Amino acid sequence: MEENDKMTFEPKLLGFLCNWCSYAGADLAGVSRIQYPPNMRVIRVMCSGRVDPKFIIQALELGIDGVYVMGCHPGDCHYLEGNYEAIRKFDMTKKFLETVGLDNRIRLDWVSASEGVRYGEVVTKFVNDIRELGPSPLSGDDYDKQLLQKIRAISLAVSSSRMRSLVGRERKLTEEGNVYGEKYPEDQFEELMDTAIKEEFERHLILVAMEDESKSVKSLAKELDIDPSVVLEHMLVLKKRSQVDFQEIIENTPIFMRL
Amino acid sequence: MSDKKEEEPRVGVFICHCGSNIGGLIDCEKLAEYAGDLPSVAHSEDNLYTCSETGLTAIKTAIKEHNLNRVVVASCTPRTHEPLFRECISEGGLNPYLFDFVNIRDQCTWVHMKDAEGAYEKAKDLVKMGAAKAAKLEPLEMIKVDINPVGLVIGGGVTGMSAALNLSQQGFKTYLIEKESRLGGRLRSLNRLFPYDIDASEFISSMISKVENASNLEVLTSAKVKNIDGFVGNYEVEIDQQGNLLNIEVGAIIVAVGSSLLDPQGLFNYNGKNVITQFELESLLKEGFKNENIVMIQCAGSRNSERIYCSSVCCMTALKNARYIKEKNPNANVIILFRDLYTPGTEFEKYYRATRELGVLFVKYEEEKLPIVEDKIVRVYNDYIGEEMQIPYDLVVLSTPLVANEDNKELAQLLKVPTETNNFFLEAHVKLRPSDFATDGVYVGGTAKWPVDITESISQGYSAASRASTVLSHSMIEVEGATSNLPEFNKSLCTGCEVCVKVCPFHAIVKNENDEIEIIEALCKGCGVCGATCTNQAIVIRHFTDDQILSEIMAYGGK
Repeated sequence: MEENDKMTFEPKLLGFLCNWCSYAGADLAGVSRIQYPPNMRVIRVMCSGRVDPKFIIQALELGIDGVYVMGCHPGDCHYLEGNYEAIRKFDMTKKFLETVGLDNRIRLDWVSASEGVRYGEVVTKFVNDIRELGPSPLSGDDYDKQLLQKIRAISLAVSSSRMRSLVGRERKLTEEGNVYGEKYPEDQFEELMDTAIKEEFERHLILVAMEDESKSVKSLAKELDIDPSVVLEHMLVLKKRSQVDFQEIIENTPIFMRL
Repeated sequence: MSDKKEEEPRVGVFICHCGSNIGGLIDCEKLAEYAGDLPSVAHSEDNLYTCSETGLTAIKTAIKEHNLNRVVVASCTPRTHEPLFRECISEGGLNPYLFDFVNIRDQCTWVHMKDAEGAYEKAKDLVKMGAAKAAKLEPLEMIKVDINPVGLVIGGGVTGMSAALNLSQQGFKTYLIEKESRLGGRLRSLNRLFPYDIDASEFISSMISKVENASNLEVLTSAKVKNIDGFVGNYEVEIDQQGNLLNIEVGAIIVAVGSSLLDPQGLFNYNGKNVITQFELESLLKEGFKNENIVMIQCAGSRNSERIYCSSVCCMTALKNARYIKEKNPNANVIILFRDLYTPGTEFEKYYRATRELGVLFVKYEEEKLPIVEDKIVRVYNDYIGEEMQIPYDLVVLSTPLVANEDNKELAQLLKVPTETNNFFLEAHVKLRPSDFATDGVYVGGTAKWPVDITESISQGYSAASRASTVLSHSMIEVEGATSNLPEFNKSLCTGCEVCVKVCPFHAIVKNENDEIEIIEALCKGCGVCGATCTNQAIVIRHFTDDQILSEIMAYGGK
């Protein structure tokens, strides 16, 4: 960005603060009259583990420039382990956003009830970092329409039961093991997660692309720049999930519709 | 209470000036005007102090006059004032949960004092978000729980006995269980007690006899907790007493399991003969003591990278034993090698000065240059004179720390309470809730939590008992209604995947005998993790529903 624009651009930020640590830390910043820029609006949740990935995506979809999730420091969670769940959910969200280059607009951090000064510091840093980054490509009137389609696909993907089951089981499987006590190695789980993210992102891109009209595998492959054989595989999975169905054949090409 | 769920939302917004705290920076009147034009808002006004009698009356009046069914107050912070406003709208005839708090002071005017315009814009957005959430709020009921007025104290040391005596004196039937065959804990093996030089055996014997003679206090020795089920007011505890299983039902549980001694093997050439611990010295002092050249080493095995904490009792213990030795034999040489001396308060400081006056010597050493215990001498680098000293000895006494019991983790899991990094029990909040656990109905005191001396153990025992009595003294209590919920209309969405069962930190979600997911509301703390995780989004987090949070996001980001 031009230096001048950087000065005038005021990032529009959203923060999710857990009630017990970060929100209390933010209150303490107030009591201590710590001064920081006013760009971030706060939504209070009881626990950082309450922050559903879809909330973060929804905010970005609306053109908000950055989203901050804050919770208690590891080991200090009022609900014992909620913040550990928050890490897993956040990491998954970040990975999805990497595919569209928006991952540097979200941040997870720990602020305790006694860290009023630190709250002011991390918010200031976030504001400055996002100001440096410039406005979200999804903000304003001339927003990136293609990117919006992608973020809508991510919004659906993070809400899919496959992603939610994976992220919900991640901690137990990698830290405690399954019912037989077998632990799933972190790096293997990561691979599994990466594959799932790639597949679900593409599948939901297909669904979003089919929103207004029924399409063939070939035209979807071209539109989304994905190999037709991959699109076909996805289409079969989507059909099995009852999310799409075969509609008709036009000139020897099967057309699918979204259900 | 009227059920406003089906009605169109009519939100009332009250903007508080908080004297000049808010009104001094931003135009509250204008903000109230802005709020009045927001969707679903039926009335808005600004008040000098919304929390004052006048402000509260204004809310109640407006509820009637404008037929409001939701209330938003934009002022300080829900962490201090939400209960007040909830009560106020409740008096005004609304369900207390039909209230939303907007923080425009602590998180707005106080922190953007040099940016009035920015603060005003932020306040506008926050009010808009609050009103949007309020429009979606639903009435909730507090959950009523019957209380079984029986206490259980785990651990029969000085803390546990203090707690049990206190509870039974308040009239509650109390169980005290001790894993050893006798009551008394660590105190039984001590010689004298600081700072008033009391005989430890006499002290503990009189306490034990009080416990044994207390009318509604049942002591179970050689007994361990095997299993715990239930929730505040209604715990079912299975106790293993030398193979016999007993089941008791209690309303509150106090953890007073105490702590253990650090195994001194490998520390400063410990050998249990002429290099011993303070604890072993106590027994020697009881039996009769002949050594003349004694060197004590403080912080032996504590305040280092492996065990970062201060054990807090060792300084006074060393002073006590040094003093005892000097009083019995003024010719004895007692040298205390220390890193920092911890003698807080007037009594302990006086005690330290008196110990110096008796001729006990103090030499400060640094963590980087630990004393070396050799066959006949202790080598120590004295920072003040900048030289190594060689001190002959016939007895070295190590002040080793108290450490957490090895079986703490096991008990913590049964109770669903946390332990900290050193494996001591971790209370709900160091300052705000020092005797409580985050789990309702379970309390903690004494060295189970942290090394403390006997005076403090007794205080903490009393404290835990008094916290427990806040539950036991009621026949019924109300617990937070903002829990997670699997509504009837969402049951068909539930696939029974049990991910919610796994992520719930409080084991509040179970699969019942009908193979259905069931949320035990009295156990639920409302963190919302299950809702954010539920693979088919069937679970609803009351008061923080997806719908409510998304409407806040929409209100802020919507174009």
